[in-house]
Order: sequence, then C-alpha cells, then structure tokens
Amino acid sequence: MSDNQLLEQIEKYLSGEMTRDERARFEILRNENAEINSKVTEHKHFTGLIKQYGERLELEKRLNAIHDEIDVHALEDELMIQPSFIVRLWRNHHSKISVAASIAIFAALCTMFFTGYLNNRGGNYVQLSEKINKIGAKTDQLGRTVKSLNPQHAGDLNPGNFRGTGFAISSNGYIVTDNHVIKDADSVYVQSSDGKSYKAKVIYSEPATDIAVLEITDASFKTLGVLPYSFKKAETDIGESVFTLGYPRDAMVLGPGYLTASTGFNGTNTDSTAYQVSIPVNFGNSGGPLLDNRVDIIGIINAKQTHVEGAAFAIKSNYLLKAIQDIPVDSLKKPINTNNKNALATLSRVQQIKKLQNFVFMVKVYNQ
Amino acid sequence: MSEELNTGIPTDSEVILGILNNSESVLKRLYIAYFPMVLQLIINNNGDGDDAKDVYQEAIIILYNKVKTGDFELSSKLKTYIYSICRRLWLKRLSQMNRYGGDIKDFQEYLTVDDETEKNNERDIQFNKMGDALKLLGEPCKTIIEDFYINNRSMKEICEDFGYTNADNAKTQKYKCLQRLKKLFFQQK
Repeated sequence: MSDNQLLEQIEKYLSGEMTRDERARFEILRNENAEINSKVTEHKHFTGLIKQYGERLELEKRLNAIHDEIDVHALEDELMIQPSFIVRLWRNHHSKISVAASIAIFAALCTMFFTGYLNNRGGNYVQLSEKINKIGAKTDQLGRTVKSLNPQHAGDLNPGNFRGTGFAISSNGYIVTDNHVIKDADSVYVQSSDGKSYKAKVIYSEPATDIAVLEITDASFKTLGVLPYSFKKAETDIGESVFTLGYPRDAMVLGPGYLTASTGFNGTNTDSTAYQVSIPVNFGNSGGPLLDNRVDIIGIINAKQTHVEGAAFAIKSNYLLKAIQDIPVDSLKKPINTNNKNALATLSRVQQIKKLQNFVFMVKVYNQ
Repeated sequence: MSEELNTGIPTDSEVILGILNNSESVLKRLYIAYFPMVLQLIINNNGDGDDAKDVYQEAIIILYNKVKTGDFELSSKLKTYIYSICRRLWLKRLSQMNRYGGDIKDFQEYLTVDDETEKNNERDIQFNKMGDALKLLGEPCKTIIEDFYINNRSMKEICEDFGYTNADNAKTQKYKCLQRLKKLFFQQK
C-alpha cells in the first residue's frame, strides 16, 4: 500500500465513509501497526489545525463585518474621559513645566543672591553709616592720590613705622635682624612675644650681607635665659624642611616650608650668601630666624630682596656668625655667648615653638 | 424568539448556546453589547479605537474557542469575564510597547485571567504559522487544501473546478499538496 493510498484510507476512516467491514479491518491494521496508528493521529491533528485556521479566519471575517457597523468615533467621543483643563495641561506638558519651574526658581534665587536680598540687612541706619564711611574713605583716597601726583610733596611724607622680626643671639640681650629693617632708624624698639617693649640700639650693621645686630638697652630688661637653639655652621642641603617665626602682623606667625635652592638671587646675579626657601613670607618676616627640623638656626629671612614669586631668601647662618665675630669689641658692653647646645631637637613642633617664641622679637622702627 | 429580544444585550446562557450553534445574530449582539465597555478601557489608557478593536476581537476569539472546546465554565458574569480578558491583553500590549506607566484606569470589576491568555497565545502562534504556510504553498495547492479541509467540499467538486480529467489525478495532487504544507508548517520556527 503506497503512502497515497494509506492517506486515502485514513481520510475515509476519519470521515466515517468506510463500510463496517472496512472499518473493522482498518482498526485491526491500526492496532497491529504502530506506524499506521501514529500516522492516523498525526493526520487527525494536522487536519484539525487546518480546520481551526479556517474557522478562525471565518470568525475574524464575521467580527470585522460586525465591527464595521459600529460607529467607533462617536463612541470614542462619548466614552473618552475628559480630564479638567489643568490636568490635561499637566499630563501633556509636565516635563516642560518642571524644567521651566526649576529654571524660574534658580533664576529667582540667583537674582536674590546677587542683589544681596539673601544677606542679612541691618537697618537703614547701618547702611547709611556704611555709605558715609565709604564716602570718607574715598575722600581720603582722593587726597592721597593728589598728594602722590605732586612730586614736590614727596619729601614731606611721613614714612611711618617699619616693622620686622629679630631673634636673640645671646641670653644677655643681643638681637640680630636685617639691616634693611633698621636702616635710617631714629629709634628702635623690640617687643617680645608676651607684649613687653624694650628700647634697643643698633650696635653693628653690615649692609653687604644685610645683617644688623641690636642691643637691648632698656633698664627693665632682664636676661632671657639659655638659648634653646644653636647656629649651624655647615651648609644645609636642598629639600630640608625648614620653618620661620616672624611678625608679618601684630601676632607671631609660623611659616613652614622647604629649602629649595642653595643660592639666593637678587634680580640679576646668583647670591651665594643666601638660601632660597619656599615659605610664605611678608615684609614683617624680615630678620626672622630660619630653622631646620632640629631647631638649628640656618639663616635669617630677608624677604625684602625677593623679586621672585613664591620664593623667599635667607642669609646663611655662617655669614651671621662671621658678622658676630666682626663686631668691634669697643661697641660691645657685654660678651656675646652664642649657644652650641640644642635643647629642642627631639621635641614636637608645637613644643619647639612654645620654647622658641620667647626668643623671637618684633622689631619696631621709628623714623621721622 | 421575538424581535425585541434579538436587539438587546444577550443573556449569558444565550451567548453560550449561540456560540455553540454558530448563531450569527447572537454573535453580533454580543459584540455590540460589550464593545463600548472595552473601548472605554482602552482609549482611556493610552490606546485608540484600533487597539480596542484588536483587543476586543482577540477576547471574543478566546471566549469562542473556549466555548467550542467545551471547557468553558462561567464563574462570573460574562461581562466581567470579557472585561478581565481585555484588561489583561491590553496590559500585556502596553508593557510590550513600553507605554505602561504603572497604573491603569479601571471601569469595571475584574478577575485575574493569566493562563487563558497564555493558552490563546499558543493558538495564535499556530494560527499565524498555518497562515504563513498556506501563503507559501501557493496556488492551486492552497485552494485545493482550503476547499477540501476547510470548506468540506468533495473531491468530485474540486475535480470539476480544476478540470482534472480523473479523480485519481486530483487525489494525487491533493496528497502532494498536503505533504508540502506539512513540511512548510513544521519548518517554521
């Protein structure tokens, strides 16, 4: 029996067109032969699928026909829930509205900030007095400008007070500072860190190395006690961490930094008498001690010669020692005993500075 | 049945009997009765009229198949059942289109009907596969198969339509067509 004939038999069997005998015979065949049996089920299933497909197609056609009779648009209009105007506006444009609102808030805050609305405003009185102060200051400024524009008045200017820093080189009141600090001084005072002022006298100055030595002549001055630092004779290497103490303003200020070059620089020439250090210094720092980590004096800050940004210079300590030796004996009333012992090397920086501050002075210079 | 009854909303048992009897009028009344409800659901939840038509017809087909295969058991009102199926189908479509915002506005009470839409999904796949296979089969095979297996026409009529000289030729042709259709159908993924 060919496949073709078998299929015909199966179809006849499934559609019930067989006679009773045929049917009985086919059922026996089906029971005996599993292959034929599976073919029958398979065929039944597949023709079922084709039929389902046809029915579905037919049903869809019918549904579409029914659907076409419905006026969908009219129904849609009727059934669409129309939210209120605000809600619709928000739904359709909420992202844009959010962006606009945040920009508006930002702009408002900016305006308030720049117009000073957010600052605490004192009453009008304060503002008015501020204004008067400002006007006063402006007038002063104008006066000054006029003065400086007139060169013949230059000599009449009161140069005012100078300020620098100095430090003790012996316990009996000898203090070293920069020559440029005390230059042209009429009178010199030194002020200790606890606020006591003493009259002092310049006993020696060396413009070449910018070193000057003062002696405290004030009667109220007592001895300072043993110096906690010694003076380093050897050169210090680049990279050493160093610090200075000084009076760039009324209070003593610590300036930490590094030794960055073994020579100084005075605009055109290298200067082998000085170190270059990277320490933030001001004019008031001039004459302050430059100390290394062991709290040995390695130099004297002479910031005034600095023409380079971010760098300061310090005179090397061996020039200081030389200057001390060069002081004429007849100008010394008492011997200078520089210390060779270092008492602070092992202390912490805070402790070191506590001990040091008694030996660092503000040098106040008056000249008329 | 009086004319009056024929135009209103059919009762639930009327619908089931009507489907079983292939009643055209019941189908129409059923369709018209519940379409507005589904339209309302879809157009107020990010859809349009065409979406409503697709979803609603799919739901009717699910109902139809279920009734026809005899495993339909109405555990709630037919209205609720249809609404639930449509709601489920629409949620699925919304998430497929990435338009599902997380909430849906409801107009009716509903049941959870997950597995029925899943079952229908399989039927859908087979339906599409059969449609594609028949398209690929081409003429005259397509017509022969459709006439014989879907429209239940006899081989004799088909023979005359296609001008085959004897029924055996037609039978051989039909046999070849069926083999090819099977091949095409099962080849598809």
